[in-house]
Amino acid sequence: MIAAILPAGDWGTLTPVLLQAVQETIYMVVVTLVIGGLAGLLLGALLYATRPGNLFANPIVFHVLNLVINLVRPIPFIIFLTAVAPVTKGIVGSTLGTNAAIVPMTIMATVVIGRVVEQNLVAVDPGIVEAASAIGARRLSVLFTVVIPEALAPLILGYTFMFIAVVDMSAMAGYIGGGGLGNFAILYGYQQFDVQATWITVAIIVVIVQAGQFLGNRLAHRILSR
Amino acid sequence: MSRVIEFERVTKTFPAPAGRRGNGELHAVTEASLSVARGSIVGVIGYSGAGKSTLVRLINGLERPTSGTVRVLGTDVGRASAAELRALRGRVGMIFQQFNLFSARSVRGNVAYPLKVAGWSRDDIDRRVAELLEFVGLSDKAAQRPRRLSGGQKQRVGIARAIAANPELLLADEATSALDPQTTGEVLALLREINRTLGITIVVITHQISIVHELCDQVVVMDGGRVVDQGETYRVFARPRSPLTARFVESVTQGIPAGDTLEALLGGGGELLSVDVNDFTSEDVARVLESHGLRGTVVYGGVTDVRGRQLGTLTYRIDTDRETARRVATELRTRTRVVQPAESSAGESRDPDPAPGEDLAVRSRRGLA
Repeated sequence: MIAAILPAGDWGTLTPVLLQAVQETIYMVVVTLVIGGLAGLLLGALLYATRPGNLFANPIVFHVLNLVINLVRPIPFIIFLTAVAPVTKGIVGSTLGTNAAIVPMTIMATVVIGRVVEQNLVAVDPGIVEAASAIGARRLSVLFTVVIPEALAPLILGYTFMFIAVVDMSAMAGYIGGGGLGNFAILYGYQQFDVQATWITVAIIVVIVQAGQFLGNRLAHRILSR
Repeated sequence: MSRVIEFERVTKTFPAPAGRRGNGELHAVTEASLSVARGSIVGVIGYSGAGKSTLVRLINGLERPTSGTVRVLGTDVGRASAAELRALRGRVGMIFQQFNLFSARSVRGNVAYPLKVAGWSRDDIDRRVAELLEFVGLSDKAAQRPRRLSGGQKQRVGIARAIAANPELLLADEATSALDPQTTGEVLALLREINRTLGITIVVITHQISIVHELCDQVVVMDGGRVVDQGETYRVFARPRSPLTARFVESVTQGIPAGDTLEALLGGGGELLSVDVNDFTSEDVARVLESHGLRGTVVYGGVTDVRGRQLGTLTYRIDTDRETARRVATELRTRTRVVQPAESSAGESRDPDPAPGEDLAVRSRRGLA
């Protein structure tokens, strides 16, 4: 009955292509999360620290970074992909393929993670920061050995949220030739009217997202219940 | 006696909050001068908004003075470089109302933090942390996270952390305000022990007069950012030099009856005498009455214990006539302050303008009684 609703494609030839796509997606997501995750952590920490009244209060740096984030974040990712194509070409040498997709994904991830990190750090009790300062710790050390550890559980949930957003980005990157599951769903599902291919792609993405969410939740819970 | 803290005409002004027009700047501390002797326990008392918290933060350079000089352990806090300030903070411990423990670290990790900052070796840190946890009675909680502890236990961790690196000075910012009376007593006892056995000078910020009475050798009274009274604790409260000090005393000793209370007391017959007890104790009052063949019954008032000495005002009902009561009052007046509430309330409108100091305090007591 399912076969009647979802006309079968030629899975003998499609399966290896699908597996390749899964690999590509995981590759894009992991690279983006590692680079964008670190860069976003620094960006968020910088934004938090330069905020008026905080450890490295600097209104100019704060307002410039804030503006940049506010400018980049609302751009729909599918448009952002093409908008930064020249940058991508400059870095990777091409605007096609997984490596090319990683460039816009990483930039956007950095910006969004920066905001997520900042918001979680701002929520840290200022009294704790004051206590560390009163002990005579250096400001940088207060930031990295006190503030960030204090926000660890919400940060992990924030990164989990970003993992899912990056999976979503990777699918869109596929649309403009980035490879991966997005590419697969469009090429074999949408363009060849193969609903089964589309749904299998969806199922795989759902599994990836669920696995990520599950791990993130567990990790955050373990930290919180210490 | 060497001075560990010296404030000379210190003013701290905070700029108006961003986005607000006009001159909305906040004068947190104005022209404050004070000094703290090594080894003493000093209370800074005032209502919220009096500038106490800013004052204490000027001591370890969390805030810098807008004008005036703050000198702490030989460091000029207003002029010190960042490195000099960090060095100073290593010699000044601080505890907080909300404890401000690092929730991401264990009890052991909290106490070890200042030692890491000070660059101690791992072995030395382990030894010192064990010693400190023993001292505050939390050895069995070393591996726990602070959130699993009670308020009193949290503050003991805060104290262990604050004294870990052998500071010369300990700042306590409303350190017992979030604790119940029993736990407050334990924490105060611990602070006293730290002062006595380790010789650490302690500055206690509080709005509770009882804490000053119990703990502090010296007291600084703050009102609206200004230091309005300071000195040896007993002197400050026995002879208030500001209306606020008098009000703090009043809150404990009730002062002289007035209004409906006085009416009711007068209705009971006899003569009323309100006598300040201090070094001239309630026993001394009883002796004087006895020498006149009289006995008084305390019908109103309160006495508090300031560092082991009596301080308060007691109103006696004495079964005698007005003339005898006046004679007794005159005799008592050579030793302490005495008011005959019946007469003073009748003659209030004829009171001359009170001089500053004691009379001001008397007037303020009447106003509140």
